[in-house]
Amino acid sequence: MKAYASYFSNKLLWFLVTLVAAFLLNFFLPRLMPGDPVAAIVARMAQGMTNTSGVQAIYEQYTELFGTNLPMHEQFFLYVRNVLRGDFGYSFSQYPRTVADVIGASIWWTIALQLPAILVGWIIGNTLGVLAAYRRGGFDKVLMPSSIFVSNLPAFGMAVILLVVFGVTLRWFPTSGGYGFDMIPNLSWDFIWSVIVHYQLPFWSIVLITIGGQAIGMRSMSIYELNADYVKYSRFMGIKDRQIVGYVFRNAMLPQITGLALAIGTMVGGALVAEIIFSYPGLGSTILTAVLGGDYPLISATTLIVTIMVLIANFAIEIIYGFLDPRIKAAQSD
Amino acid sequence: MKFMFQQAFRSGKFVTGFSIFMAILLVVLIYPLIIKDPPLTIIGRGTFFEPGIYVNVYDSLGSPQYTLNLKGADARRVASRLNDDDRAAMQEWLVAAGVPEAEIDTADTPLLLELWFKTYDPTLSVPGMTNARRNYFIRLNNSLQGLLDPNDAILAARDEEGALQQVGTIAQTDFVNVGQVPNVRLLPLGTDNFGRDVLTELVAATRVSLQIGFVAGFIATLIGLVIGLISGYIGGIVDDSLMFITNLFTVIPSFVLLILISFSIGQDKRGAFTVAAVIGFTSWVWTARAVRSQVISLRNRDHVNLSRLSGHSLFSIILRDILPYIASYVVMALILQISAGILAEAGLSILGLGPRTTEVPTLGLMMNWAMIYQAHILGKWWAFFPVILVIALIAFSMNLMNTGLDQVFNPALRD
Repeated sequence: MKAYASYFSNKLLWFLVTLVAAFLLNFFLPRLMPGDPVAAIVARMAQGMTNTSGVQAIYEQYTELFGTNLPMHEQFFLYVRNVLRGDFGYSFSQYPRTVADVIGASIWWTIALQLPAILVGWIIGNTLGVLAAYRRGGFDKVLMPSSIFVSNLPAFGMAVILLVVFGVTLRWFPTSGGYGFDMIPNLSWDFIWSVIVHYQLPFWSIVLITIGGQAIGMRSMSIYELNADYVKYSRFMGIKDRQIVGYVFRNAMLPQITGLALAIGTMVGGALVAEIIFSYPGLGSTILTAVLGGDYPLISATTLIVTIMVLIANFAIEIIYGFLDPRIKAAQSD
Repeated sequence: MKFMFQQAFRSGKFVTGFSIFMAILLVVLIYPLIIKDPPLTIIGRGTFFEPGIYVNVYDSLGSPQYTLNLKGADARRVASRLNDDDRAAMQEWLVAAGVPEAEIDTADTPLLLELWFKTYDPTLSVPGMTNARRNYFIRLNNSLQGLLDPNDAILAARDEEGALQQVGTIAQTDFVNVGQVPNVRLLPLGTDNFGRDVLTELVAATRVSLQIGFVAGFIATLIGLVIGLISGYIGGIVDDSLMFITNLFTVIPSFVLLILISFSIGQDKRGAFTVAAVIGFTSWVWTARAVRSQVISLRNRDHVNLSRLSGHSLFSIILRDILPYIASYVVMALILQISAGILAEAGLSILGLGPRTTEVPTLGLMMNWAMIYQAHILGKWWAFFPVILVIALIAFSMNLMNTGLDQVFNPALRD
């Protein structure tokens, strides 16, 4: 167990370091850019205003709110304080709601949509990949080109196609929103059913995209493993095929888990765009409203939250990986 | 090098991918030579005109007219005017008047009309029908009879006093030859929400998106290559610090960095190439990691050691003894980076963070416009489906080329 403790504390340390780095980037990147973000917002808000002192007043109010008139280190402490207090300051476009309030309303939609979708897609994709590598022949010939093509569709493309086919043409599922537009969130069966129905199209569009990419990766991993010496040796030993496939699956799985850890950021990014296509009330749509409204604090906080979510997912995957990979145990106990 | 190309072209996947890509490239290069319209001119007043051949009505009046007696022309004329609601209403009336429902086929226009004129009686009062509904049926009947009226349509012009004078007639059997009408415009993909020709726009957008992909891909590959080479070959503290940064950017989603930077740059300063550069600067991580691990395995090979012993400079060792060995890998990484760059631009544009919209279209911007104007809900497939198809084809062809090369250079994956 000591070996694991050292592996996990190492991972935890790395998690904290990346968290700090992500936080710093989230603060400094926008401020390193030429131009004053507040000036841009004010210019938009004050469109059509001829009164210069009025424009000036708006500008000052926003610099006050945003703290851009302070020296950089004080701005940083202000930002840290806002984050620690948990409200991230006020949203510009949805004033007087705080940013935390806006994000709190959408974050659960995103988690409930993306976490199961990516997991389901990943599991189905890997299973299909192993089967394709093991069976080859017809199954492989059909599966491979279609997965390559599907995995090359951008997530939003898949979303639009599903939406048009099942939402607009066949009318099996609603086309937008997280629940019926005429409903108020509550715990009645009607509402839950409406949420489930609205869930299907976004969910399957993410699942299908994930399946494509994972199946291809798992197939080549498995082919690689099937040609390995231990497989031939096991065959000579007369070990049952089913058992060999089990070994191959496990060995090919490990790089796939690392792959998932590395790709999860990209997947989340694609899924956020897919959310927009369905007007799903998650973080993706929040980013869109923030961009359209020039809402600086909201964008900054949403991206920070997305980063933290990805980091946590990454950390969780590495922990699971630690339990699965026998080499880690061996290396640590040496 | 020559051998490498020969090898690559022996792979079926590579050849397929290469042909698709070249076909797209050829269309992008040749189309503007034939159709010289600027891609963003607004030609249609109105949104989402359907794909088809648009013939100028005014010109066709002045064009030579021919008489063709075509069978069933009347029925077709009526069929195109009768929408589904009208057909359903006719069926409803016929059923109410006592015609058995099995005899009515709303899709068969001549039969429906025959049945209608045989049974319809404006004086008949159907129980439970409102007066407004009865008037609707009377209007429907009148318009159907108007359509079947064998009289000519009259062309009139105003004389000096402003009264209308008949100057000509158009018979129902009059035709013009499309080739003789001076103004005919083919819109193979209709128009978009602003009334612009979608095909011309799509070709221009594909060109710009490919350029964005190439710029982003080259920047990313160059940065990744340099960092990977330095980090892998020099090792030690340089490696540690470079890898620290690389690992940081591996876990922090590049998508997030893209959003932050693009938003901070601001809409006015975001040209297509700024966006491309930003994408390039946020996506080098993969290449850097892969190049580094390859260089580490090469670093202690005999030929590199010999080179080092002979006192060659660091630069020349990297250039002559290491680069050629990873060249094939770098080319594959570049191909993937290009297609990832095109996808990244599209994703950014849908978020409203794409290039500014006034100069050039990109695939992402076209998608963004179609989504904002609800083309997908309204069923205007020509505004978004071709865009998705082009994006998918570009990514597909690039991926095929990559897999093909992979199989050529990595024998373990050969089928």
